[in-house]
Amino acid sequence: MDFAGSEPVVEGARSARSAQNASKNSPRIEDWQEDLSSAPISTKIVVAGGFGVGKTTLVGSVSEIEPLTTEALMTQASESTDDLASTPEKTTTTVAMDFGRITLEDDLVLYLFGTPGQQRFWFMWDDLVRGAIGAVVMADTRRLEDCFPALDYFESCGFPYVVAVNHFEGTTAYAARDVREALSVPERVPVVIMDARERPTVVNALLALVSHALDVAPA
Amino acid sequence: MTPAASSQPALPVRRGETGKSKRVRPYTLTGGRTRFGHVLLVETIVAAIEAPEERPELTSGGLRDRVMPEMRAIVELCRRMRSVAEIAALLKMPLGVVRVLLSDLADQGRVRVHGTGHGSDRPDRALLERVLGGLRRL
Repeated sequence: MDFAGSEPVVEGARSARSAQNASKNSPRIEDWQEDLSSAPISTKIVVAGGFGVGKTTLVGSVSEIEPLTTEALMTQASESTDDLASTPEKTTTTVAMDFGRITLEDDLVLYLFGTPGQQRFWFMWDDLVRGAIGAVVMADTRRLEDCFPALDYFESCGFPYVVAVNHFEGTTAYAARDVREALSVPERVPVVIMDARERPTVVNALLALVSHALDVAPA
Repeated sequence: MTPAASSQPALPVRRGETGKSKRVRPYTLTGGRTRFGHVLLVETIVAAIEAPEERPELTSGGLRDRVMPEMRAIVELCRRMRSVAEIAALLKMPLGVVRVLLSDLADQGRVRVHGTGHGSDRPDRALLERVLGGLRRL
């Protein structure tokens, strides 16, 4: 059941399936979903960064399904440092995560999870990053400080990450080394310049992350 | 089906023997009744178990499903392989609630937790190589 070779037969099956799943409202169904006798391997990459940095755009650029949103109910004491917190006591918040899916092989599925980057949701990250390959930390050079909490988090837990600078049209283009310096990111951590709307640059960022995760993985 | 029928109900465990963080178990909505034998990460794959003919109660679910139509909705969705996150998103239910209900359905033998294929540890080198290869072919 290894379709890694992508034979013409498989290609034919794929296009037929695409037509079948033309409706944007119902998520596309892959072959592995129909076969209940064997489950694929599933793994994930976390996409982190501040509000509006382009996490959902990135996910949508490579996902085979329209990005879905899942919500987690959160109850915890809000922190006084949080600029969104207007109530000092316990708060119940709904945190939304957008995610997408890429079937890499018929028995290998990669999920991409865009996560809220606020400090008070760190406890949720602990849960989300369990078992993940690593994280793409997205940065916008106009609001570079928005990605600081994510960098702090992944550095402190020794989790593989890359920095993906989402270059917005009409803004100053910085070299990767300048961003690296500004962020004090170690030399071994890849810093890539990309455009979240451009699939090839997104794939490139994901490749950089997985290569980096492989570099730091125990032999 | 209730654990109380055969033995004393298990007390909720704050921190399991495997040392998993309690943060993965937002159990407030179900009074801590879940005996969490299943690791349900967002990407964990689950699917319905085809119930044998002679045990219709496994598919119909009886009283539980009338009280909680969400259970039935989950089983319906699970006629195809789904990840935990997909179920939550498609049913517009909070992730924590879906995890608890899935755990119950697994305990009842109505849903199989297939897992991720690599546990909940960081992916090993072989898996990373496969993902790398897959991404290169995109």
